[in-house]
Order: sequence, then C-alpha cells, then structure tokens
Amino acid sequence: MSGLSDHWAGLSPVAQQFWIAVLKVAVIFNVLLGLFSFMTYAERRLLAFMQFRLGPNRTGPFGVLQPIADGIKLFFKEEVIPEGANRWVFVAAPAVAVVAAFLSIAVVPYGGPGLFQIADLEVGILYLFAISSLGVYAIVMAGWAANNKFTMLGGLRSAAQMFSYELALGLSWVGLIMLAGSFRIQDIVTAQKGGLGLLNWFCVVQFPAFIVYLIAATAEVNRTPFDLPEAETELVAGFHTEYSSMRFALLQMAEYVNMITVAAVGTSLFLGGWLSPLPLLPDSPLWFFVKFGLLLFFFIWLRGTLPRFRYDQLMHFGWKVLVPVATLWILVTAGLVTAGVPGFRR
Amino acid sequence: MLPPYVPILILGGAALSFALITLLASSLLGKPRPTPAKSAIYECGVPAVGTARERFPIKFYLVCMIFILLDVDAAFLYPWALIFRELGMFGFIEMLVFVGLLGGGFVYAWKTGALDW
Repeated sequence: MSGLSDHWAGLSPVAQQFWIAVLKVAVIFNVLLGLFSFMTYAERRLLAFMQFRLGPNRTGPFGVLQPIADGIKLFFKEEVIPEGANRWVFVAAPAVAVVAAFLSIAVVPYGGPGLFQIADLEVGILYLFAISSLGVYAIVMAGWAANNKFTMLGGLRSAAQMFSYELALGLSWVGLIMLAGSFRIQDIVTAQKGGLGLLNWFCVVQFPAFIVYLIAATAEVNRTPFDLPEAETELVAGFHTEYSSMRFALLQMAEYVNMITVAAVGTSLFLGGWLSPLPLLPDSPLWFFVKFGLLLFFFIWLRGTLPRFRYDQLMHFGWKVLVPVATLWILVTAGLVTAGVPGFRR
Repeated sequence: MLPPYVPILILGGAALSFALITLLASSLLGKPRPTPAKSAIYECGVPAVGTARERFPIKFYLVCMIFILLDVDAAFLYPWALIFRELGMFGFIEMLVFVGLLGGGFVYAWKTGALDW
C-alpha cells in the first residue's frame, strides 16, 4: 500500500489530476448506470401504484431485481435488422444516443467546488445548450435508417419537437445568467445563496423561467405529455419500432439518462443545487440528491397524470406560448435588474 | 493544470466504449437467424407498400429554418446577459432594439402561418 502512495506522490500534478478525473468519471458513470436501471424499475412500480396495479413484484424482494432480469433477457435476444435498412446508421444510432446523453451530466455540480463535479467549465451553460441538441441526431438517424414509415415519422416529429422546445429551454436560462453574471454552473448555484434559504432560489426569483424550463425540459426528453415521437396509439413505438435486443436497451437508456440529466440541471439552475433550503442548516450534496429525487418523481408523476398532447397543439404551444413568454420574461428581468429592484440586484 | 475538457473527453470515451462493448456482446450472444418474415418491415402485419424514404411535409423544413434563426439569436443573448450589469442602461436599450427586430420577424412568421401546423 505504501508503494502505491509513494508512486502517487511521485506523479506530476497534471498526472494526479488526470487520475482523479478518471476516478470521478468511473464513479459517476457507474452511479448513472445504477440510477438508470433503478429508474426503469421505479417508474414501472410507481406508475403501477398510481393506476391501482402492482407492477413488477416477482423478481427478488419487491421486484427490485427486475432491471437485472430485463438486462439479461435483452442481451440474449436476437438482433433483427429490417430489410432495406441502412445497416451502419441503424447500428450507430444507439451508440450516438448514449454518448450524447452521458456528455451533458459532466458539468452538473452535486456539491461544492472541487471534487463534486466532473468538469467545472467556465462556459458550463453554453456547453449544456450545445450538447442538449446532440441527442436529436440519434433519433433522426434511428428513424431514418430503419426504412419504416412509422420510425420515419417518429424521427421527424421528434426533430421538430426538440427544435421547438430547445429554443424555449435556452431562453429560460438567460435570466439566470443575468442574475448570476456567469456561465459557470457552480457560480449560478452559489448565486442562489442568501439569508432566506429557499426563497433565494431561482425557482422563486425566476418563477416564469422555471415553469418554462420544466415544460420545455419535459418536451426535450420526450416524456409524457410530450411523448409524441413514440406515441403508441399512432406510431407503434415511433423511432425505435424496428429496434430489438441491446440496441433497443441503449436507446431506452439514453432516454432515461436524458431525463436524469434534465432533472440534475434543473436542480442546479433553479432549485439551488447543493444549497440547503433553510437558512440554519448546512449546505451539503445530500440536498442535491433530495431535490433531484423529487424532480425525477415529478416526471414520473406527470406521466401517471396527464394525457398526451395532439401534435398540432404541441407545436402551437411551443412556438406561440413558450417562446414569447420566455422572451418577455428576459426583458422583464433585464428591466428589473436595470431598475435595481431588490432581489434582482445582488 | 489539466485542461477542463479532458475529463469530458474521458466521460465521452467511457460512454462510447460502454455502448460499443454492449453492442458487440449483444451481437455475439444473440445470433441473428433471419427469415423473410422476420426481417420484413413492421407495418402492423400487412406486407409493406413502397419505401419509407418518401417526400415529407414542407412544414418540417420551415420549423427547422425558423429554429436556426431564433436559436442563433438566443446564442447572441447569452454573452449580452453575461455582461449586462456593466453595460447598464445602454445595454438594456440595445437589447430592446435587438429583441424588437427579432420580434418583428417572429410576428411576420406567425402572421404568414409558418408556425401553424
């Protein structure tokens, strides 16, 4: 053991930082994988309870081993490539989806500066804005490659939907940048610190932006009530109709990781990240996970509650309601900051 | 100092290798045994008619173009919001003009029905 610590002390600072980064990535990657499989179970179980059913409860105690059983089953399933499909694009799409989904979690801080973040980028929020649009490639690729009319329509719908709501998503962040005066996510979290605890959070100060973010984020990750790309009643399963085996699992995984990311980003930007909700309690990464868990539950709850939008309603809502509201709110925030209203001054 | 993007590259590499290993393992474990019926395109049970690579509604292109225009504008708003405090009143009025021009284009698109589905 002492040999290892001697070796560690002998490394250059850059090499030490490199190995710390590798370790952080390894931990966060595995936590995400675990969280993904747990979410598949939690969602089925919670939805079942909301619909007076039991859900998966046979594999292991309370059915918690269900994700493992599903994983094993999917590994041994036969892989089908439909005739007329573009093989390479068809196979590449799930990999693209997974990489794009995992990349955005890198800038989310789940604790104070230092260890609790993979990369503390100075342009954190711009990075999020850029990476969040990568996911649409995978869906369009998957939809186009299969040579199936349902997947084609699902892919197109998804692209148009993500475009429409990404705009509102990006605009909802502008007010936060104004108030925090920084692109760094860590700075945006600490800008929400104040004597009033949770009343200082941006979900209160920037309430309209928070609502726009929640709606746009739900649409961005294709969750009910915006799950038009895979509307079962009209498009069979949308862009992943022709997928089977682990390719299907990877697409599902990308979807869940995207939901996890959106919840983590919302926690950091609007719910004060790792800050404590009450002025007297200490700040800690635990708070991050509590709020994050609540947001994840909120997404499942939405799915159990709301019916699906019609496609024209969805596009109208995105363009004619969310984008104008977000833009107007930017102007209002700018006016309030210029006028020096308390709470908007910092 | 380690460049801040190196950890992101490591994460991307981890995700990519995970995806590739999974795809490889799955293709080794579940051998494809295609039959004509199995590899037929799924169209609710009836034989597929024609190809899916057909023309599709022009609305999708319109939405794309409006998105690109407005998204670039959103990207312009970011640096402005960053130094908004230092710009003061001047920055506020500048931005009103900018958003006003943008809003004009948006209203035009709205009135001509480009946003109708």
